[in-house]
Amino acid sequence: MADYRKVYGLGAEFASPADLMHAAEKVRDAGLTKWDVHTPFPVHGMDKAMGLGKSWLSAPAFIGGVTGLLTAVLLTCIPSFGIYPMIVHGKPYDWRTLPAFFPIVFELTVLFSAFATVISILVMNQLPKWYHPVFNWERFTRVTDDGFFIVIEARDPKFSESKTREMLEAIGGRHVTLIHD
Amino acid sequence: MSAESAVTLTTPKELERVPLVSNQRPLSWISDKVSLICETATPLWWWLMFLPCSAIALVGLLCIGYQISNGVGVWGENHPAGWAWDITNFVFWIGIGHAGTLISAILFLTRQKWRTSINRAAEAMTIFAVICAGIFPGIHVGRVWMAWFLAPIPNANGIWPNFRSPLLWDVFAVSTYFTVSLLFWYTGLIPDLATLRDRAKSRVSKYLYGIFAIGWRGSNRQWRHYEMAYLVLAGLSTPLVLSVHSVVSFDFATSILPGWHTTIFPPYFVAGAIFGGFAMVLTILLPSRLLYPQLDDMITRQHVDKMAKIILLTGSIVGYAYLMELFMAYYSANQYELFTFLRARIGIDNDGWYAWAYYCMMFCNVISPQIFWSKKMRSNYWVVFAVCMFVNVGMWFERFVIIVTSLAQDFLPSSWGHYSPSWVEIWTFIGTFGIFLSLFLLFMRFLPMICMFEVKLVTPAADPHHQATDKEAKH
Repeated sequence: MADYRKVYGLGAEFASPADLMHAAEKVRDAGLTKWDVHTPFPVHGMDKAMGLGKSWLSAPAFIGGVTGLLTAVLLTCIPSFGIYPMIVHGKPYDWRTLPAFFPIVFELTVLFSAFATVISILVMNQLPKWYHPVFNWERFTRVTDDGFFIVIEARDPKFSESKTREMLEAIGGRHVTLIHD
Repeated sequence: MSAESAVTLTTPKELERVPLVSNQRPLSWISDKVSLICETATPLWWWLMFLPCSAIALVGLLCIGYQISNGVGVWGENHPAGWAWDITNFVFWIGIGHAGTLISAILFLTRQKWRTSINRAAEAMTIFAVICAGIFPGIHVGRVWMAWFLAPIPNANGIWPNFRSPLLWDVFAVSTYFTVSLLFWYTGLIPDLATLRDRAKSRVSKYLYGIFAIGWRGSNRQWRHYEMAYLVLAGLSTPLVLSVHSVVSFDFATSILPGWHTTIFPPYFVAGAIFGGFAMVLTILLPSRLLYPQLDDMITRQHVDKMAKIILLTGSIVGYAYLMELFMAYYSANQYELFTFLRARIGIDNDGWYAWAYYCMMFCNVISPQIFWSKKMRSNYWVVFAVCMFVNVGMWFERFVIIVTSLAQDFLPSSWGHYSPSWVEIWTFIGTFGIFLSLFLLFMRFLPMICMFEVKLVTPAADPHHQATDKEAKH
């Protein structure tokens, strides 16, 4: 059955976060690019071990915040100072009342920024994605419990079924398994 | 020699940190204990609690329906007390929510790792409390079907919301708070839903948890963005939570009523919200801990102890605010302000309409938490639970005192009026407790009530340097 299915990559299990981190450093140094580390919780220092930089998710969050701020400023100022001045209790309604808009400007900044954050985490992580080849690997269910895995994809230019397998075993990988699409 | 001995100096035992997860539990133990709550058959006690709670919730919903179909006249509110239980309940519930966001955002930013085992339940509590809070301003507008007028939508009636009104600020603040809390909560749930998906035996639960886990596979390329998103959301929620109760306090502080028109209100309300919220967190976590003894190693004595300390701190801030209000009433030499505090609230020469509520508030909020100065009392769960119940009651009375005493007796004695609630009001309020507890019981039953991946993260086994040093020692 499995033989004529496309190979997705090779997976290996590691005993602990420390072993995984050392293994990831070696995979990084071997010059592979299409690979990933799977853990039940974020392992701090793994980004460096994998050669990944800081997440740039704060950029869309900031853009979302600025959008929210501008939306709120326009939403409050254009009607109040221009097309729809509302006089309540004979109080002033010109630009000097600007501080009265601060709460709404603040709230919309936070709201838009939060939405931008959540939407960009989905986009950047390519979620939702209910099917993924790694789920075909039986041992992989432990990734959300206490399993630590490295998966090297077949589309990596340096991937070779035998050599990558040897490398994964050499760096301490156990249960090295071929994962099919 | 002295340098060498300094290097080998070991930490004295009493200075060592108490581990956050007791008994050195392995990682799989954590996922087992938390997930099993959702996986095993529904315990009998759950039904024994859920059925009465949902029955009470139903009564509350019927009262809301009765009020909507008959108008706000079925409540006891009338001139001059146009706000009473409705706004009291609103402020009470919205305040309770604040503890959840404090635990999930502010304690995250300040790297308080003990928050990990209680943040999920506290955030759920936030969301359910804000749902209960949202009911009251929603229905007290009278014509609920007109509530959309609050939104800035151009319409044929030529009605546009007044953006300078604190009541409209409230609409924005509370709806933003609810939305952001929900996003934050769901973001935190995704990895744990994936755990439940991977453990699920039945097709239905695998399918349902699978849909909500959106295909999470714990990849580090995902965790990298996930952690940044969590940090950003925590950073956004921190000023948000401080703003929400400040905005709620503006509803009062920007008016000219004696007792409301004070600048101390925003910080005083925020401290009170955190105070009341932590009391509610303990009110629901202590029984959960009793019902699920397997969680003892995660929600430990030190968690209860730390929350009791926060209650003591915020309770004392609230006590300071009460006394400062009294002092400012005296110091301002404003006769209306003095009247509100000395006569309407403390009850001197005034038949004491609501003085009993004031004393109840003072005892519950200021005096009862002082017992937490004693470590022995903080570690006695019955005492902690009793104080939390006092604080729950006291924080409700605080809002009642602020709202009703100021409204019932303001500037003109000819327009004074007594207020007492009607049965519809009373049952609507009791009903919101039913809604809150039913939602919380459903949450306990179907979702992981402890954030598994974060608890795993604070165990020694998760530290990538932990085993490395062990090995180095062996070499």
